Amino acid sequence: MTPEEGGVADGRRMNRMPRALPKARSRTRRRVFSFAFAAALLGGLALATGASADLLTPTSGGSPNANDIDTLYKIVLVVAVVIFVGVEGVLLYSLVKFRARKDAVAAQIRGNTRLEVGWTIGAAVILVVLAGVTFSMLGGIRTPPNSDADGYVTPVVTNVKNASAFQPRPPNGRSLNIKVNGQRYVWRYTYPGPKPTTPENQKVAAYVEMVVPTKTTITLDIESQDVAHSWWIPALGGKFDAVPAHTNFTWFKIEKPGVYRGQCAELCGRNHADMDAQVRAISPAAFKQWLVTKKQEIDESDQDALKRRMADAAAAKAQTADAANNAAGADKAP
Amino acid sequence: MATVTTDSAVRIPEIIVHSVQPEPRGWVSWVTTTDHKRIGILYLVTTFVFFMLGGVEALLMRVQLGAPNNTFLTPSTYNALFTLHGTTMIFLFVVPVMAGFGNYFLPLMIGARDMAFPKLNALSYWLLLAGGIVFYASLLFHPPEAGWTSYAPLSSSAYAPTGGIDAWIFLIHLTGISSLLGAINFYATIANMRAPGMGWGRLPLFVWTLLVYAILLILALPVIAGAVTLLLTDRHFGTGFFDQSQGGDPLLWQHLFWFFGHPEVYIMILPGFGIISEVLPVFARKPIFGYKAIAAATVVIAFLAMLVWAHHMVSTPSATIVLVFFMISSFLIAIPTGVKIFNWVATLWRGTIEFKTPLIFSVGFISVFLIGGITGVFLAVFPVDWQLTDTYFVVAHLHYVLVGGSVFAIFAGLYYWFPKMTGRMMSETMGKWSFALMYVGFNVTFLIQHTIGLDGMPRRVYEYPDIGHLGLYNLISTIGSFILAAGIGMTVINAVRSMKHGVAAGPDPWKANTLEWFTQSPPPVNNFDVIPRVRSVEPMKDIRRQVARQTGSGVDLGPAPTPESAH
Repeated sequence: MTPEEGGVADGRRMNRMPRALPKARSRTRRRVFSFAFAAALLGGLALATGASADLLTPTSGGSPNANDIDTLYKIVLVVAVVIFVGVEGVLLYSLVKFRARKDAVAAQIRGNTRLEVGWTIGAAVILVVLAGVTFSMLGGIRTPPNSDADGYVTPVVTNVKNASAFQPRPPNGRSLNIKVNGQRYVWRYTYPGPKPTTPENQKVAAYVEMVVPTKTTITLDIESQDVAHSWWIPALGGKFDAVPAHTNFTWFKIEKPGVYRGQCAELCGRNHADMDAQVRAISPAAFKQWLVTKKQEIDESDQDALKRRMADAAAAKAQTADAANNAAGADKAP
Repeated sequence: MATVTTDSAVRIPEIIVHSVQPEPRGWVSWVTTTDHKRIGILYLVTTFVFFMLGGVEALLMRVQLGAPNNTFLTPSTYNALFTLHGTTMIFLFVVPVMAGFGNYFLPLMIGARDMAFPKLNALSYWLLLAGGIVFYASLLFHPPEAGWTSYAPLSSSAYAPTGGIDAWIFLIHLTGISSLLGAINFYATIANMRAPGMGWGRLPLFVWTLLVYAILLILALPVIAGAVTLLLTDRHFGTGFFDQSQGGDPLLWQHLFWFFGHPEVYIMILPGFGIISEVLPVFARKPIFGYKAIAAATVVIAFLAMLVWAHHMVSTPSATIVLVFFMISSFLIAIPTGVKIFNWVATLWRGTIEFKTPLIFSVGFISVFLIGGITGVFLAVFPVDWQLTDTYFVVAHLHYVLVGGSVFAIFAGLYYWFPKMTGRMMSETMGKWSFALMYVGFNVTFLIQHTIGLDGMPRRVYEYPDIGHLGLYNLISTIGSFILAAGIGMTVINAVRSMKHGVAAGPDPWKANTLEWFTQSPPPVNNFDVIPRVRSVEPMKDIRRQVARQTGSGVDLGPAPTPESAH
């Protein structure tokens, strides 16, 4: 007789779980399980709360949206650790307890409808809860808050009603809006100029390092001029792709002066790894000064460039005139 | 066996089969074969060769990343390597290796003598090989550097003027036609050529997953074939489907690619689920727990797999409602996947588990695939994914699903079916060592990559700065990758050695459940002379039981071809 011959005498009974467990055994087993479950739950909580940000959780600490994402991640992590420990625990227990031994007979169980329905619903409930938590935190992550009262006051007010579904603005419409442009392999940032009514060509541009004021909501319009890139400063929130022909959006708000680094996160070519980005937060007053200085620098170098160009043009003109004269002279030569 | 006392008029089941003519030999017979088993072997050998190539590419990348600011590889070589690695593993290994197992075992498992269209079957294989050769020929000029996803506009003629991308497009077309023909063949075979009595409720679970694999391929492949054709005309004939300056849109490429790309993920993992569902009950000596639930979960996963593609695009400009839809649909897919895992664990519960190599690989699969499944839920929560996408966290996740999932399942299948394909057992000792090395190496390589991603390292970078512990973490990962490679190498050696020196297997060495074990090992050209009637989902169990009842003897089957199976 092989083991499988035991339980299959009656074909119709094969679909039901035999109720052969003695009561005492099932009670101890239940106790073992509730203990294991409690241990898993506690372990999960301890791991998730005590985990160093370095090992188990995403980078955060620069901006409220990054912190909210970090919190959301930790909630998912707790649920994940509990499920992980539970399933691996039962798996390990089965492997040890039910390894083939002399005289051991495998139970010919073919399924259990109640159990199937139970764990399907259980899994669904967990996911409904996770979705609920995500929705409750979505506003804080997606929509920028107003700047602090002592933040930098931008001269430009955006029309809140015109903000699209993925380009929200703060409730009062006031944020420092910086255009981020990805190009192989550098980021360019365009600020509104220091004076309120300056035309388009009065804007201030910077590369690689974005200088921003603290206590101020910074909104970013992210674009690309060549291939797809992705804007990402981990401590300041998630990444947002710069796709040609599209404008993407994100925001951040930094409380204390500091430097935050990041880099392009979407493959953009051979030097993708070197397409660094950096955000330096300084006080609103210092930022005001920086903007004016930067503007002066740009104006001066523009003037220099203009002078140089004119000088070059004049030189070129003279050269062509010389060449023409020479050519004419050559023609006339005998 | 000679003194059989029959107590009824029912014939005692025995293997009745003989070779009609001597099997043809020589390489010409392999080139011209239309036998599903030989085509299956061709598939398996070819895909394992590509697996080795993809593995070497991975090791080269890990060497480059072993230290910060390393200069072992140039940026262009590195980009070419991850493009080759991803494309090879997906299009030339995991998808076609499943077709290899399917080719060999689908007809045997359903009691058929060959596939529905044997010549088409041969064509499928040769197109696959042609695709691989065309792709690797690009090494002789300029290999593609745009990743296996070939995002526009990086893959456009302006940014990738050399022929590498064209070789990639050619590969997608050739392997695509190959898989499409194969899928139609699988579908036709399963629908029409099942043994008498094998209704849909008695189909082996591996065959169920092959059926769904075939349907998903038929639905998804035309989309990528169309997309790469548009890319080809953009590159060479002046169209602008993905060029915004001509009214096209680079995002269109991403949508089309992932509309294929996500079902592709399930194309790669579902047959692996099938292998696990075959192996577990055999070695737990217990029927599969929840046959109907597992089969239904497979179908539900396939349906949902068509509805989740944009979760690969959470950081593109998208309205919140779109992100929410794809979060929910991705959540939903976790439910049937969880149901499968619970059913597998329940299959082991109260069994008598025999720790043979196929079982060990299957259990290893469950334990690591679970991690890949759980990190998938992290990625589905789109605000969290804004931090995780395109980082090493995603690299870790996809390798937990594709290596911890598909590759471990493929190795379980290899150890399980090797005796049937060659007539010889693989070495258990080497198998267990191989598993130990692979399991440790795999987790050392990829577990730490979650942290590398959380610390802010994007994927597809050829170098990284020496910040925090990035150097140490990457070194750990690199060391793990070599342990993993050693484990894989051990199985390759094991397979090659066992082909000559393995213990003879006999027809049914594992006392398994399905019909492929009701013939000689390896099976003759026509598989079965007499096809048995199927009366349950475990026909071999019925047959062994009937033999035992009618002969009063053990569980032996017919005249033993080798001394080993006669005890």
